[in-house]
Order: sequence, then structure tokens, then C-alpha cells
Amino acid sequence: MANSPADKLAQATPPGIANRVRGLSDRAIAWIFVGPSIFLLLAVNIFPLIWTINLSFTNFKANRNREVDYIGLRNYERILTDEDTWITMQATAHFLISTIVIQVLIGFTLAYLINKKFKGNDLWTTIIVLPMMLSPAVVGNFWTFLYQPQIGLFNYIVAFFSGVDPSSFSMIGEVALAPWAIVIVDTWMWTPFVMLICLAGLRSIPDSIYEAAECDRASKWRQFWTITIPMVLPFLMLAVLFRGIENFKMFDLVVQLTGGGPGSTTELTSINLKREAFEKWRTGYASAYAVILFVTVFGLASIYVKALNKVKER
Amino acid sequence: MKPIILRTTAVAVVMAGASVAQADDLTLCWAAWDPANALVELSKDFEAKSGHSMSFEFVPWPNFADRMLNELNSGGKLCDLLIGDSQWIGGGAENGHYVKLNDFFDAEGISMDDFAPATVYAYSTWPKGTPNYYALPAMGDANGWFYRKDWFERDDIKAAFKAETGRDLGEPKTQREMLEIAQFFQGREIDGETRYGAAIFTERGSEGITMGVTGALYPWGFKYENTPGSYDMEGAVNSAEAVEALEFYKEFYETATPPGYSDSYMEQGLDAFKSGQVAMAMNWFAFFPGLYADPNTGGDKIDFFVNPPQNQAGSTLGGQGISVVAYSDKQEAALEYIKWFAQPDIQATWWELGGYSAHNSVLNDPGFVDSAPFAGDFLEAMESVQDFWQEPAYAELLLAMQKRVHDYVVADRGTAKEALDKLIEDWTEVFEDEGKL
Repeated sequence: MANSPADKLAQATPPGIANRVRGLSDRAIAWIFVGPSIFLLLAVNIFPLIWTINLSFTNFKANRNREVDYIGLRNYERILTDEDTWITMQATAHFLISTIVIQVLIGFTLAYLINKKFKGNDLWTTIIVLPMMLSPAVVGNFWTFLYQPQIGLFNYIVAFFSGVDPSSFSMIGEVALAPWAIVIVDTWMWTPFVMLICLAGLRSIPDSIYEAAECDRASKWRQFWTITIPMVLPFLMLAVLFRGIENFKMFDLVVQLTGGGPGSTTELTSINLKREAFEKWRTGYASAYAVILFVTVFGLASIYVKALNKVKER
Repeated sequence: MKPIILRTTAVAVVMAGASVAQADDLTLCWAAWDPANALVELSKDFEAKSGHSMSFEFVPWPNFADRMLNELNSGGKLCDLLIGDSQWIGGGAENGHYVKLNDFFDAEGISMDDFAPATVYAYSTWPKGTPNYYALPAMGDANGWFYRKDWFERDDIKAAFKAETGRDLGEPKTQREMLEIAQFFQGREIDGETRYGAAIFTERGSEGITMGVTGALYPWGFKYENTPGSYDMEGAVNSAEAVEALEFYKEFYETATPPGYSDSYMEQGLDAFKSGQVAMAMNWFAFFPGLYADPNTGGDKIDFFVNPPQNQAGSTLGGQGISVVAYSDKQEAALEYIKWFAQPDIQATWWELGGYSAHNSVLNDPGFVDSAPFAGDFLEAMESVQDFWQEPAYAELLLAMQKRVHDYVVADRGTAKEALDKLIEDWTEVFEDEGKL
């Protein structure tokens, strides 16, 4: 007499249901289990995507009760030939590349230091990861005060070290400084995330490899370049992928900090898309914009994931 | 006076009857600012007389348009009554968000002739100037100025100003004079602290910089179209006068505002003035009662002036009309509120509490000009107000102007002429999409 949980469950199943299930093939049972998930996926992800693509060929405005016309590729043509679109793309690219490069460098350095065993190691790790636990809206508001030219701590610190008048520059009000203002805040907030991934990578390297290198009299520098970096690289690339996707759709932090200004200097694609979709209510146009962004992110991410897999295989 | 009393009594009796029939809980939606608090106080009278209860949904200005237009566009039932911005009237009427009030006004004997013509035109009618009413003028408003009277009256400051400019320091008579005064105060030490010229509107996200820059454009003679209703903007929007006015506003921003003043609207302007940072500030008349009552910078320390002319008089219109939302299930009770609100004695109380009545019985009262230090300026401003587009596509038109003007004034991108040329391109595209061009 078997007494496993599965047997008990089978014994407890009413005979009517048991007979019905007994008549089903394995494939049918599998469909019963995955069916709801597939239905949800179709309803929540696939259908809106197809609907968005459909809307992108129309002049539909969600706030207007008027006839909708199909206008072919007109929305795509408008977006891709609009000078402002490319200015927005450039702003996004600047933000993306700057944040990723800086965060990877600082994140890896912090992880390398934290990975060394020293007193208070855990406490420092906790302190470093604190910023990423905060709400981006709170962080944005908080930093607008820090960047205030007359009362902001940031300006006073810069003034202390450089000797310039603290009220002589405005981090979020000047065209040259505003893009760096958002890079600094994003770096402050998300470098710990990169650090944690790098730390996981560093801790996954077996000590025996370093011991073998020591036996071969490899220098620390050589160990770093031939053991540490290659073995952490897949983790680093994963961190870059996560941060890249996240920052491509960056919205809340920048809205709180600069609102896309001054002018359109920090108007990232997500902010532009939101304005088109929910302020101007150009739903068809915004759908085309969303499709272009989706294809861009999807395309870049696919290429990147292939590269990541190649690195892992090595 | 007697007919007014009789009419008021009759309304009260009708309302009392209505309250017996059915008492509703009405929700009135508006922006969260000083006059809204006055309206809560005023509405207690309506509650007492009608038996209906009132709830209020007040949204901070930066989110007001987003929140309320989304509500209307989705056919939401949150608001029974909406005090919506003047520019929404076109969309409210054409998209069926607002109840047309003509029949109601006729039945209840409410005449639009009893309200200031500029407010009826701006807050109530669509298409503009036609006798099709979708709102009752609720809150007259315009963009005006206030300044530190105590600083302007100080002998040392007056002498310094005279020595620097050759003029006597006083309320500016032109836009150029105003800039000169602001530049005089910029970076000046007063009572041991550094002060700045003026707080102007530079906000990017909603409507701020557009409302500020039109305060310069209108006095220079800016027009949206060469011929009203024709949408022919070339030569009007980018006229030589418009270019000069835009360059003036940029100079004002660069030479006479506090550091880091690149994204500021109503609240930031009020803060800058109340904290003693600036000598002058622009803002809506709606805030003036509160400013005058401020214990630190109000009273004897403050005075007010109308937006100065340059080539002509011109002020940016603010203010709103009150509309009944078409999706409300309580339209009867909402109309009762409008009927009550339109009464002259209620309008008089509205002004006393801090709201800006647009009713002629209040504005033409011999004592009105002396009733507050800014009352005369308000009347003067309302004689030369101009409003932004009130088209159904106003949000698109506004966002285009926000972008082009902010790009030029704050981000220093391109020239004034280029900014206005691009604005015409943007607006042309919008009107083409709308089928109007």
C-alpha cells in the first residue's frame, strides 16, 4: 500500500473526476495546466501589442469622438523625419551610455573592495545598497533640493572644493549640466545594484583557481586580468543588460528632477512618448512611437543576449 | 434691491422644495488654491438652503489639467460640477463633456449680460463669441504683478535707483521699465541679504512658461491669427513685435531672476516673494488676497500693479467658468448650484471671501475699486485680457508652445524667430490633423 502524498491525493479524488481525468492524454493535461497562463499572456501582452501596432497606422485620438482613418505609414514617417525625435534619441543615448559606463566602473570597484574580508563588511554592504531601496519619486524630489543653487548641499560641496560661488551654477537649470545631473542621481541610486551582481560574480570564483595561479607564481595583476575579469564578465554583461533596459525606459526620476528640461535637454524618449500619448492624446502617433522604441530595445537586447551567451560558452 | 431679494427668496424656496424631493451629494472639482478654500466656505450657504451636501475634489495646479481632462475623456462621474480652465471650453463643448446651458439660463432668467463681457467671451462661449454657453463665469482672473512696496519706498534704494537710471523708482509704466527695475534689484544687498529682480513663470511641464511669456507677447501686440478664425498664423505669431517680445522675456529671465529659476510657476513665485528673495513677482490675481494678508510680506509691505503695457495694454487671461459635467447623474442638483451661484448677493459674498466675481453688480459697485488694494488693477487688467487658443486641441497647441518657448528662453536654443517659426509649424500640423487647415 503506497502512502506517498500523490497516492493519497489520487485516493481522495472523487471517482467521477478520476475517471474523466484518466481518459485524458498527457498532452491534454499539459494544455489544461498551461492554458490559463497562455491565455493571460495573450490577453495582457500579445493582444495589446497587436492592437498598438494596429493603432500605429491610424490617426486615432483617444480623447476625441471622431472617425478613425487608416493613414498607412504616415505616423512612422513623421516620427523618423522629425528633428526633435532624434534630439530625444540622442538625449536617451547619452543618458544610457553615461550611466552604464560609470555604474559598471564604480559598481565593480565597490564589489571588488567589499569582496575583501574586513571588519564591518556586512554593515558597509547594507549602507551601500540603501539608495536602491528608495522610491525614484522620493529620490528625484530629494535631489532637486540638493541641487538648489542657493540652499542645495550639492552646490555647497562643489563650491567648497572648487571655490566657485554656489549660486553661480544650476545643475538642473543649465543645458550643459542638466544631463549630468540626472546621470549623477541615477548612478547614486543604481550603482549598488551593479555592485551586488558583480559581488555575486566575484564570490562564484572558486578559491582553488587563485591558489593554482599562486602556485604558478602569477602576479596579482595577472590574476585579475586572466581570472577575475573573464569569470566576472558574464555577470557584468548581465548587469549592463538590466541597467540598459531599465534606463531606456527611464521616466519617474527624470520627471521629478528636470521634467525633461531645460527646454528639451533631458527629454528622454519615455517622457516624449508619455507627452504624445497622454497629454497631446495623439494615440495613433504615440502607438507608432512605442512600436519604434519596442523594436529598438528588442533588437538591441537580442543582439546583446547573443553576445552574452557567447561569452558564457567560452 | 427689492427684486434681488425676492428672486433670492424664490430660489431659496425652490431649493428647499427640491431638497425635500431628493438630497444629493454633489462633487465640485477645481484646482487646489486659495480661492478653492473660499468656495468651500461660500458653498455652506448652498448646503443650508438646498439640502444638498457638497464634496470637493481639488487637484494641485501642475496636475490639474492632466487629472481633470483624463476624467472628462474617460466619461468619469467623479465631478458633477467642474470649474475648468478657460482653454478647455472648446474641447468641453465639442467632445460633449459639458452640458449646454442656454435652455437652463433662459428658463431660470440668468442673463449673460449680467457678467463682464470679457469673462463671458472667455469662460462661457463656444464657438468663441457666439451665444452658446457651456459655463457660467465663476472666477475672473488675469496675470498681474506685486512688489515690495517697503523696499520701493526706502530712501537709500530710491536714491540708488535714481543715480543708476535717472528715473524715480515706482510702479513701472512699461515692460521695459519693469525690466530696468528688476535688473536694478538683481543681486542687490538689502538688509544684509542678496535679493533678486523678479519671479517670472518659467515652468516647462504644464502651462507655466506660456502663461508667463504671453504676458510679454500681448503688450507687444501679439496675435494668434491675422484674421480671427482663419488659422493664418504666418506673420502674426512670428511678427517682428512677437520676436522682440520673446527676446525681451529671455533677457528678463537671464538678467533679472534668481539663480536656478528655470522651472518655476505659481508656487515657486509665491515662495520667492514671501521669502524676501525678489523685489517683484508675476502671478494670478487669485493669489493677491492671500499675499496681502501675509503677516511677513503683506499689508504695508506689498503693492500691486497691472501687467505693464508696451505697444499696447495686454494681460494674460486666467480664470475659469463653472460647468455641469455631462456624465454626472446629478445634473439637476448641479444646475441648482449654478442657479444659486449666479445670484448677485452670492457673487458679492464670493468677492468678500477672496473669490473674483465676474458679475457686473459686484464689479460696477461704486465701492469695488476701494474694497481691496488690487481691485482697481483687476478691473483694469480685465479690460485688456487675451487668452490662449481655446480649441478642442488646446493641449497639443499648449505643449508645442511650452517646448518651443522653453527651448529658446531657458535652454538658449536657436533664435526667437526660429522658435516662433517652429511654433507655427507645430500649430499648423495640429490644425491640419483637426481638419481646420
